[in-house]
Amino acid sequence: MSVHTLRIDGRDLAVPEGTTLLQAAREAGIAIPTLCHLEGLSPVAACRLCLVEVEGAGKLLPACITPASEGMVVHTATPRLQDIRRTVVELLFTEGNHVCAICVANGHCELQDLAVSTGMDHSRLPYRFPDRHVDLSHPFFGLDHNRCVLCTRCVRVCDEVEGAHVWDVGWRGEHCRIIAGLEEPWGAVDACTDCGKCVEVCPTGALFHKGDTTAEKQGEPARLQALVHARRHQQWDP
Amino acid sequence: MSATLRVCTAAGCAGCGGSALRERLAAVLAAAGPGAPASGLALKGVGCLGPCSEGGLLELESSAGRRLFGGLTPEGVEAVAASLANLGPDADLASWAPPGTRPIDLEQPFFRLQRRLVLEHCGRIDPESIAEALAAGTYGQLRRVLQKDTPEAVIEQVRRSGLRGRGGGGYPTGLKWATVARMPGREKVVVCNADEGDPGAFMDRSLLEGDPHRLLEGMAIAAWAVGASRGFIYVRAEYPLAIAHLRTAIAQAEDQSLLSAAIAGSAFSLQLELRVGAGAFVCGEETALIHSIEGRRGVPRPRPPYPAEVGVFGLPTLINNVETFANIPPLLALGAEAYAAIGTANSGGTKVFSLTGDVRLAGVLEVPMGTPIATIVNTMGGGAPGGHAIKAVQTGGPSGGCVPADRLATPVDYESLQELGSIMGSGGMVVMDDTTSMVDVACFFMAFCREESCGKCIPCRAGTVQLHALLQKHLAGEASAADLAQLESLCHMVKDTSLCGLGQSAPKPVLSTLRHFRGDYLALLRPEPGGREVAP
Repeated sequence: MSVHTLRIDGRDLAVPEGTTLLQAAREAGIAIPTLCHLEGLSPVAACRLCLVEVEGAGKLLPACITPASEGMVVHTATPRLQDIRRTVVELLFTEGNHVCAICVANGHCELQDLAVSTGMDHSRLPYRFPDRHVDLSHPFFGLDHNRCVLCTRCVRVCDEVEGAHVWDVGWRGEHCRIIAGLEEPWGAVDACTDCGKCVEVCPTGALFHKGDTTAEKQGEPARLQALVHARRHQQWDP
Repeated sequence: MSATLRVCTAAGCAGCGGSALRERLAAVLAAAGPGAPASGLALKGVGCLGPCSEGGLLELESSAGRRLFGGLTPEGVEAVAASLANLGPDADLASWAPPGTRPIDLEQPFFRLQRRLVLEHCGRIDPESIAEALAAGTYGQLRRVLQKDTPEAVIEQVRRSGLRGRGGGGYPTGLKWATVARMPGREKVVVCNADEGDPGAFMDRSLLEGDPHRLLEGMAIAAWAVGASRGFIYVRAEYPLAIAHLRTAIAQAEDQSLLSAAIAGSAFSLQLELRVGAGAFVCGEETALIHSIEGRRGVPRPRPPYPAEVGVFGLPTLINNVETFANIPPLLALGAEAYAAIGTANSGGTKVFSLTGDVRLAGVLEVPMGTPIATIVNTMGGGAPGGHAIKAVQTGGPSGGCVPADRLATPVDYESLQELGSIMGSGGMVVMDDTTSMVDVACFFMAFCREESCGKCIPCRAGTVQLHALLQKHLAGEASAADLAQLESLCHMVKDTSLCGLGQSAPKPVLSTLRHFRGDYLALLRPEPGGREVAP
């Protein structure tokens, strides 16, 4: 295996071949915001928060799927990128109904954290206040579409890790929503194993334990990563 | 004496009575006694005859030459049939004029300035008859290359011809073929993108309806050149006639051993399948199209890997547009140099356009690359009707932009249109007269993109919604200078950050109208609260 040297934000780094720009940056302690990305799940490069500038590339590249290559010069936090990230977060907030004060994920929410880290203290774009519903048909969990950011982590974890493929995306564009089964109430989908992995990886309060109330939900992506690691390396000791 | 009557039964003219007329006339011909003029008449349903705005169209070819008639209506079908049935034994078909129709001058620029390579047989042959296609020479190039050529030599011909992707991207076709041909692996796939979806674009439909065998021949040659044994034609469900003609053509070609196994007696085989889209514009994007062919949700994925490396079912895949494939047989017949000489230095060959909008003569036409837009819309199309002047010409649909009237001398080729902030696109050309609000045009296309966004990436899913709302605010006269600034900056953000071509080009109609028609936007701004005028 060969090693590539590259420069990210002025720091020279050496990483094994196949390392993504996101991995390389995070190893070096350089923070690049992400939302759809989650270590352990396949990357989809959909949220566009991790776009970075690569000299000579001509266009912005998503750090989560762009492999580091020899001699790359990468900038992760230029004023242009910072404005793009703030706009992405504004678009997310305005297309849904995100009310932190009454949300189960308040204080433990990745969207909330993104708003803080990108400096989005208000939206320059008008809120859309879409009419969305809540699915409480499952005995243990709930799905509040108002808080869903369509990152598809739930879709991927259920398909790739649990193997049940309960979730998918229905409709298109602004009408997209996460659907259970063939657009059935979650509780009516026999394929669901009640494992709760989707709840654990959900970055917001969209998927939650029914018992949780305001600020009580804490996502646990580390459990997913431990499981994926254990399976991949056949090491089951904690 | 013998004569041929061609009735256009393509989608447009079929609705103007074309299909009904063919049926009625077939009955008249069957009933005509020996010696009656109609008994010497050969009747054909054909594909697009060109000037769709004059439809329904029918063409009579006799010893006196070709005569084209337009203006057929469903109500006028009976009169035409009766007139033909009642022709006296001494009547001359060459001077017969179908009642209720008007003659169309075949010497006018619309026809005279065309160079028909791709549309060579369109409107001439019955698209449902392989015998007519064969008689016109279709499949001749396929037979020839299978017997006498090597794949490398054919790819080299395509490369030297300067042919570039006619779907709008303009990627050099020869290079694409060479890339797929060089990919390791025994199984490869060739795909025809027939998901024509731009508003105002109907070139590919006309070709599919009018000469499907031309496409099949081009695809077969491509498949053989790159080493593919499976092929898919992805066609949108909104084209029922094109689908029917393709199905017929594929079955006929298989019967004649021009598709499927042992093609034309060679060891080459190609299994061709038709895939019918389910009404998503985004499936014209190649990675979304691949997902759709595979039976998955039609959403794009980031490239690389490009389809040439990882395509349908993970196999190396060649994806070309309908018109690109249809260019292959005439290209090989002419030879690379002669083909390249037709176009410009950077874009060889011809381009088919669907001319529509505020123009006297609308329809499908084919011109050499590099023809000035003014020649197409003014000389050939006759300019805007009703004493109006042309304000702009829109090319490339929702991914394109508007060429202002003072730049109509621009030649149609990939680079020239890009410099103007538009694109060649697949060939839709919408003419707009001086009554058009360019903000309204931009808003229309943004509404289209908002509706057609797949929703995967945030900038396109939510950005097009915000952009559409901002444009509506302008149209309502409620926008401020700050809104205009926000519109512009959000356009750049969506363009720079979206995952696929749909989102990346969705702001183009706005940006191009802002560039050339900023006054249209400024005129809609509401006055500043302090009474301050906005500087133009």
